[in-house]
Amino acid sequence: MGKSRFLAQETLPKDIPTMTETVPDWPADVYATLRAEGITQVCHVPDAGHSALIRECEADSDLSVVTLTTEEEGVYMLAGAWLGGEKGVLLLQSSGVGNIMNALAMPNTCRIPILMIATMRGEWGEFNSWQVPMGQGAPACLEAMGVRVHRIDRAEETAPAVKAAARLAFDSLQMAAVLISQKVLGFKDFRELAK
Amino acid sequence: MTGLRRREVVSNLLKNRDDDLLVISGLGSSCWDLCNAGDALRNFYVWGAMGGAAMIGYGVARTQPGKRVLVITGDGDMLMGMGAFATIASNPVRNLAILVLDNGRFGETGGQPTHTESGADLAGIAKASGIPTTATIRTESALSELEDLALRMPGPVAVVVKVLYEELKFVLPSNDGGFLKDRFRTAILGEGGEGAV
Repeated sequence: MGKSRFLAQETLPKDIPTMTETVPDWPADVYATLRAEGITQVCHVPDAGHSALIRECEADSDLSVVTLTTEEEGVYMLAGAWLGGEKGVLLLQSSGVGNIMNALAMPNTCRIPILMIATMRGEWGEFNSWQVPMGQGAPACLEAMGVRVHRIDRAEETAPAVKAAARLAFDSLQMAAVLISQKVLGFKDFRELAK
Repeated sequence: MTGLRRREVVSNLLKNRDDDLLVISGLGSSCWDLCNAGDALRNFYVWGAMGGAAMIGYGVARTQPGKRVLVITGDGDMLMGMGAFATIASNPVRNLAILVLDNGRFGETGGQPTHTESGADLAGIAKASGIPTTATIRTESALSELEDLALRMPGPVAVVVKVLYEELKFVLPSNDGGFLKDRFRTAILGEGGEGAV
């Protein structure tokens, strides 16, 4: 399915970027930032908003990308990877934030760094009401479990936020999340998909 | 009462362990079993994270390919994290074994029956999820296979040992997660391993 079917192209208000209008190329910049920060372990439950970044990671033979059945597996895998001496990142959607709450107790109490990049649903222009509760609740849920939250809503802020979150996580032994707004990702246009 | 006793199973399995074996426990009884078998710098004791033991071990195994990683956990923990079998099978590692001590009970909360008591087959689930080597051990004679399965056979391995439900004395390791993490990292990464990399 092409990008255009996932993204509101014609019905977007002027201030919402589409994927094609988004500059700079934030997935490539985030990939380069992750590599520069020494990330070697990548795991995810896929999201359309992460698809380009996942492709970048999968194309890198130095990275092994693990697809999870549920996001808490990723928290545990990254905790184990840190025990073994490597840094990783968990890519997830805001709905997955709800799945990881008790898993975060381990890195919290063990002071194990965890880096997460969450693509947001349920906020800016959402059609699917089932996405709204967890999307709206995600930042507060993360903060309640001790995660340092970096919210960004402009494409060019994404890679710098990932760099800052990676430094905070691995230098200060924190759990850090970058939440990428639908303002960056565009939103899934269910009206177009139903035509 | 006949049947396999979990403390003996774990102690016998680990009695000749070397520095190339890293052991991760699950929460509750399997954590006390591991401590009872003898504290070691290369043990990581999990006091919570229910459903997570297999994936913690998988993360360690991915990053320490020259070491054998053994997860020792219970049926309650494994039932909560069964998706780990599919995840691990999809990106397999050769140095990981998961040992499930299956007493059919939630042992820490009053001995309520788990789903294995009513028929769920964790080794079967692991096999159907793509784990290449799986086994269920029910008898003393079959127990002779455990050492090979847990410590030597190419992974990923999932082996279930059916054990008695016993109310045993708790044998408690430190519960300081930060200390346990630093200790484990220093043991395998060397001095300075407790800090950032």
